[in-house]
Amino acid sequence: MPRVGVLALQGDVREHVAVLRGLGADVVEVRRAEQLDDLDGLVMPGGESTTIAYLLTTSGVRPVLERRLAEGLHVFGTCAGLILLSREILDGRSDQWSYGVLDVSVRRNGYGRQIASFESPVTVVGVGEVPGVFIRAPKIETWSDDVEVLATLDHGDGEHPVLVRQANVWGCSFHPELTADTRVHELFTNSL
Amino acid sequence: MSSSNNPSTVGSALVKRGLADMLRGGVIMDVVNPEQAKIAEDSGAVAVMALERVPSDIRRDGGVARMSDPQMIIDIQASVTIPVMAKARIGHFAEAQILQALDVDYIDESEVLTPADEENHIDKWGFTVPFVCGATNLGEALRRIGEGACLIRSKGEAGTGNVVEAVRHLRTINAQIRRLHSADASELYALAKDLQSPLALVQEVAATGKLPVPLFCAGGISTPADASLVLQLGAEAVFVGSGIFKSEDPVRMAKAIVEATTHFEDATIVAKFSTGLGEAMRGAETSTLEVRLAERGW
Repeated sequence: MPRVGVLALQGDVREHVAVLRGLGADVVEVRRAEQLDDLDGLVMPGGESTTIAYLLTTSGVRPVLERRLAEGLHVFGTCAGLILLSREILDGRSDQWSYGVLDVSVRRNGYGRQIASFESPVTVVGVGEVPGVFIRAPKIETWSDDVEVLATLDHGDGEHPVLVRQANVWGCSFHPELTADTRVHELFTNSL
Repeated sequence: MSSSNNPSTVGSALVKRGLADMLRGGVIMDVVNPEQAKIAEDSGAVAVMALERVPSDIRRDGGVARMSDPQMIIDIQASVTIPVMAKARIGHFAEAQILQALDVDYIDESEVLTPADEENHIDKWGFTVPFVCGATNLGEALRRIGEGACLIRSKGEAGTGNVVEAVRHLRTINAQIRRLHSADASELYALAKDLQSPLALVQEVAATGKLPVPLFCAGGISTPADASLVLQLGAEAVFVGSGIFKSEDPVRMAKAIVEATTHFEDATIVAKFSTGLGEAMRGAETSTLEVRLAERGW
């Protein structure tokens, strides 16, 4: 049984915990640095990226997670989590930092503010169609050849990746945890 | 590589409630100008509520309290990257239409403003933007959800700095949910009548043991300990109005309430951030109030 952490500083932690438990993982809510010990994987949930970044710093989790990511900890970031893993953030706060372990640039609220938030089916490589829930979602605008694109969406301005993987790091623009379909999480837990 | 190019849906209940889900474990701060909005964002707020006067000033000044000047909302939207909410008067669907046209992220149909309709709340299903509404009990919460609210906040008594009403409303809502959850299916018709709530929602709460939308807390939170208290009582996030910018040191108070909201179960951390904060806002004993805002809306 893989031991999977869910970063629990802020955001939709409960949904991720429920999905991962349903898939048979031993789930740990992570609010302190020492809770990162002995994890096989970590999920960084949706929420407000500025708030989570702030709390990563004040809680002392930030440098420890940075080290664990460098050591190859498997991590899956949805929405705000994707932003925190990305190499470059567009339209963020001028001082907004990220771990930079996923070689993509993301635009915060790239799909618009809340009124533009939408649902659209997404076709994932090797899985098929899953429901996609995009909420003030970040848009992946550029990505390097090291990034494997597992799903894209054309939301009126060409195809953009919405689910990507680079070695141990996974990122997703939408919220698979808000639906009953657990197959995206399964892709991640099967990789552990 | 596969591609998806299907028609998309905006304004669904899932995306409206979903934004509330993303705010869970966070603090939504009342701000009256871009400078305060920046302070809120710098201090870890998950969203700001843009309004012209915080509730304690509305209470002091009296008169009719209305939707904010659009320019003020636009200036605040330009100053932060986090969601911006704004308040419309109860039943004032034209104010809500304007706020939606301004692209606010959430509308609070709020008892803090002077009600515009003494019978009807806004029909919220017709809007793309999601709504949050206040409630003092489960029946009120389910009536608002029946009208399309996607987030409920316990009302408390805004602008008092006194958490007693927030605690009363949270405890009432949660006790009534427990009552439904333990009820026999044949009892739900009479319980729906007592609650004056839609039967389908009563049956849903009875089955799941929780509200169909997130439950946040508002009205009187003014210290980190208050935040920890209401989260331990089952609130999933907090709205802080006058409690931050009417305190002696708003930056420290804002940061401390954010920490207490995240680490509400860890009293050592809450204690650390409660230390040396300066004075909290001056509070009011609710039994002496001339106007009880929580009684607005029904």
